[in-house]
Amino acid sequence: MSDLEIQADLGRQARAREPRRRRIGVAEALAAAFALFLVVAAVAPSVLAPGDPLAIDPLSAFQPPNLAHWFGTDESGRDIFTRVSHGTGGSLVIGILATAIGLGLGIVLGTMAGMLGRVVDFTVNRFLEVLFAFPGLLLALLVILVFGPGTQTATVAVGLATAPGYARIIRGQLISVRSSAFVEAATVLGRGRRQILVRHILPNTLAPLFVLGTLGIGQAVVWASALSYLGLGAAPPAAEWGAMLSAGRTYITSAWWMAFFPGLFIVLTAVTATSLGRALERRLRHA
Amino acid sequence: MTDAAAGSLRPDGAPRSARPVRARPRRALRRTLPGLLAARLAGAVFVLWAVATITFFAIRLIPGDPAEAILGGPGSQTSPEALAAVRARYGLDQPVVVQYLAQLGRLATGDLGRSYALRQDVAPLLVGQLGGTLLLAALALVVAWLFALVLATWSTRGGRFAWYLGSGLEIVAAALPHFWLATALIVLFSVWLGWLPPISTPGPAGLVLPVLTLAVPLAGFLGQIMRESLLTALESPFVLSARARGEGDRGVRWIHALRHASLPAISLSGWAFGSLISGAVVVETIFARPGLGRTMLNAVTVRDVPVVIGVVMIVAVGYILMTVVTDLAQWIADPRLRRR
Amino acid sequence: MSQGTGPAARRAAVTPTLVSMLRVRDLAVGFGGQPGTDPVVAGVSFDIAPGECLALVGESGSGKSVTARSLIGLAGDDAWLQAAELEINGSDVLGLSDAQWRRRRGRDVGLVLQDALVSLDPLRPIGREIADSLRLHTTLDRAARRTRVQEVLERVGLPDGRTRVRQRSGELSGGQRQRALIASAIALDPPLLLIDEPTTALDVTVQAQILDLLESLKRHGTAILLISHDLAVVGRIADRIAVMSAGRIVERGPAARLLASPKHEQTRRMIAAIPIDKPRGTRLSSPEGRADAPASAPASASAPAPAEVVLEASGLVKTFRRPDGSEQRAVDGVSFRLLRGTTLGLVGESGSGKTTTARLLLALSRPDAGEVRVLGRPFSAVTERQRRRLRPELGAIYQDALSSFDPRLSVDAVLRDAVRGARHAARQAGNAARDRARVLELLDQVSLPATLLSRRPLSLSGGQRQRVGIARALASEPQILVCDEPVSSLDVTVQAQVLDLLDELQRERGLSLLLISHDLGVIQHASDQVAVMLDGTIVETGDTAQVFTAPRHPYTQSLLAAVPRLG
Repeated sequence: MSDLEIQADLGRQARAREPRRRRIGVAEALAAAFALFLVVAAVAPSVLAPGDPLAIDPLSAFQPPNLAHWFGTDESGRDIFTRVSHGTGGSLVIGILATAIGLGLGIVLGTMAGMLGRVVDFTVNRFLEVLFAFPGLLLALLVILVFGPGTQTATVAVGLATAPGYARIIRGQLISVRSSAFVEAATVLGRGRRQILVRHILPNTLAPLFVLGTLGIGQAVVWASALSYLGLGAAPPAAEWGAMLSAGRTYITSAWWMAFFPGLFIVLTAVTATSLGRALERRLRHA
Repeated sequence: MTDAAAGSLRPDGAPRSARPVRARPRRALRRTLPGLLAARLAGAVFVLWAVATITFFAIRLIPGDPAEAILGGPGSQTSPEALAAVRARYGLDQPVVVQYLAQLGRLATGDLGRSYALRQDVAPLLVGQLGGTLLLAALALVVAWLFALVLATWSTRGGRFAWYLGSGLEIVAAALPHFWLATALIVLFSVWLGWLPPISTPGPAGLVLPVLTLAVPLAGFLGQIMRESLLTALESPFVLSARARGEGDRGVRWIHALRHASLPAISLSGWAFGSLISGAVVVETIFARPGLGRTMLNAVTVRDVPVVIGVVMIVAVGYILMTVVTDLAQWIADPRLRRR
Repeated sequence: MSQGTGPAARRAAVTPTLVSMLRVRDLAVGFGGQPGTDPVVAGVSFDIAPGECLALVGESGSGKSVTARSLIGLAGDDAWLQAAELEINGSDVLGLSDAQWRRRRGRDVGLVLQDALVSLDPLRPIGREIADSLRLHTTLDRAARRTRVQEVLERVGLPDGRTRVRQRSGELSGGQRQRALIASAIALDPPLLLIDEPTTALDVTVQAQILDLLESLKRHGTAILLISHDLAVVGRIADRIAVMSAGRIVERGPAARLLASPKHEQTRRMIAAIPIDKPRGTRLSSPEGRADAPASAPASASAPAPAEVVLEASGLVKTFRRPDGSEQRAVDGVSFRLLRGTTLGLVGESGSGKTTTARLLLALSRPDAGEVRVLGRPFSAVTERQRRRLRPELGAIYQDALSSFDPRLSVDAVLRDAVRGARHAARQAGNAARDRARVLELLDQVSLPATLLSRRPLSLSGGQRQRVGIARALASEPQILVCDEPVSSLDVTVQAQVLDLLDELQRERGLSLLLISHDLGVIQHASDQVAVMLDGTIVETGDTAQVFTAPRHPYTQSLLAAVPRLG
């Protein structure tokens, strides 16, 4: 089991539970709005925060949140809202790249296991079992031990650490679709292997990957920033959320906002990814 | 015969149960306890060997001379004689295969080598750290279960409001990164309220914040899972049957539904262990608590290879033990696994 | 409470002049919204006397189960209930609080749900489930409860109680499970029992035993409200029958009278739909818009010439490995021949190997021994690529039509795929317009409107789904149709329509049908030849009429003796 497998399961179960389902729920609307904000902040942070994230202004250091500085300022007088906004791109790119690495590896491994027969399936499965014995961040830490800390290593490390989860979900999905009654019905109708693969198996396996990817980005952002926080990923003064939080830790007794707001954005990103992923799941299901 | 299983749960109507009689190969060994344990043991040996192998060869990818790392890293100007001595002592002048087999042999006898940075034997060092981490993880697991149970039962009892609030809380809790939650708890309880120490002191008070930090996100996950299965159980026909015998709401929950609701959460214990261990890395660092997690982080930072290998091996053993415990717990909680 | 006193004795002690155990007047039930608006059940009135069985019969969604649940105060959280009178055992139960209801449930009134596998807690031993009402309503201690549980188990025909009480519902067979469920409802001997579809998922022989058990409860003095969709089943034990349709009782009367001379359209439809003892070729459903089918003689009779074998199974064997490692022969030497233009009925109870046989015939799994031949050519013994040329001749219809459709595809896409595939197989050129015309033609053949094309199978009714499945199977103009339990998840009236449709198609196109079913009525009505399966082997074959009038094998005899018939 991995976080992702659990997330994916829960999304699948969430289905008819909501009392009276509206077309777009309040939570989904909020999540979509925040996702839009994140995209704008990532592509053009100056639109939201025109200032320079690295501009030092020692005179206005350690200001608590106020009208001029919504999220306050840090020890060098840098505006935290500006830094958080400008850090969005970096954090999201790490998250997206890590997810892409994990999902890509997962697809390769999962497809091999699901499609290439028993021997390959057995081998891949044992391999995944071994990887699960490096639970959570442990695999990522091992990767960092080998290649040294840094943003790129952290991205790759998170990607590698999430890959076994993806692989197992994809394998399970492939196997369940392959043995489903509608694939058998297609066989009875005289469809060839390739036709069935293209028409039935691939679409029914790939559609859930969008959901997985969405859920995964939230998780990857959290893990990547955890590595930055531990000093193994992006390093200060880079405007990356985890690094900012880590820097703010020193001043936690006097300037709580320095650590609070970057962390808030990490949490909101993760919650948004979860909500959107579940919404996507429902939409796929009921489309 | 259990082939009439997938019956329709519609209240009205008379659809016959679908019964696809399909051969579903299930592992025969799962059925008996000794068989289960034997299979587990074989699997455990394999996994440990594979973990050791992967780690050994991964370590060899580290650029630079391991002998230099042992003597304090590339910066420390060491004499060629000293390097040669270290190579001979650690067997680094041997062929890779010999080194690999020697490493396996040492691991098999429980010898984890000597820390480069701390200049002491790894095995006793880690055994000393183990207790603190286990205590932390175990307490967090218990607290997380309690939170999850309370949240799940409460949010399924109330109306729509409780449902939304409960599921919202759980999603947010599950998304909380340990490092941020820890920071927030320290600000709240240590800085503002001054109730609890900001770093882990010996004694129960020092444990509260670390345990909470680990427990809350885990409770978010467990709570979501339990609520889903609790609702499924409460809607199932056997609960209706129980109500028709005169069972009240509390009886239905305690006698029937909660047991069903805990099954999926129990099956996640292996995952929960992993999540707690990665959490421990962060939490022990923030609260300056001695333990495996902090030792691991320090070792990764200074590239203290033997310590990292040691922690990895111990965690792998722990993970395997946890899966065995999970199996046993399921065996006890779900009699359907014991059938035949 | 003293043991051994039947409800009759207890009733005499309470109200000496009581004539009805349950009295319902003008019951209305609905869900959500204002009480009184959009009722699901309305204007329902009836009485049940001690020792009497009233059957409430209707199709899915007619409101019969809702009615039963309202009578025990369990219609649901958002349900509202209104009635002029509602009395159980002489006392008014209208507007009881939940706590008051709880004291009555299990003691004054019991409820037995359908599908005992999920209606008993799969994690608890049945002994505990049965002892629950004793624990809740009496002051008996543990030992006394245990004794009482043994007695109840014996009463429902589950002796050897000592080991039984420790078993869970999953460890029992279907019939034992149903008995245990009944035992849990009658532990306190409630004078009124509400029973919802007690025999639905059971094989005929087990079904007969359960009906006998209910009969004995009735003799004991228990008043029974029996909910069912199957008039043939209730005819066996009901004293009176009330037919429900769209939430109202449309006809009522003594069972014999109602079954012999039904007055209401709905009743007549339901009786006409029962296939047993209806000769082949007679319609079970009223014709729907299409030209009235000629009541012609069965196809086999009009073509007496020695018919050609279109589908042949010889010595099929299929072995599965059980979870404990031992081997089970699901199919053990099955041989038969299907003749052109006829229907061969393959009948057997659950676990007899029918479905495995169907999978072997469709080459979805490979036989361990034996061979399947289609139109005289090898089918099971060749590669899938070679087989593909013969596939268009062999259509298939499944029990669970829904799962046989790709969940992403609309009805239109499902049928277009089938049409295009058939065209490619026949190496014909074609275009979108022609495919479209063919799809519409297929829909018309199964009497579905073209408006359904854009829908997904998930949003269709069970009957409509099965028709789409039939249309898909017809796309390649097959000569043979393998139908695996095609109607067993449908209501009786919908079942009648689907059976009529299959019959019609067979007559129009000279189809040969292999009909697999557990339902002897369906088999008798729809097949020319019958093969009876037991434990993976065919124990008897022959002409339908001959097998049903003079069965030779003891198993066939016992099956036939257990079949519920009208009158």
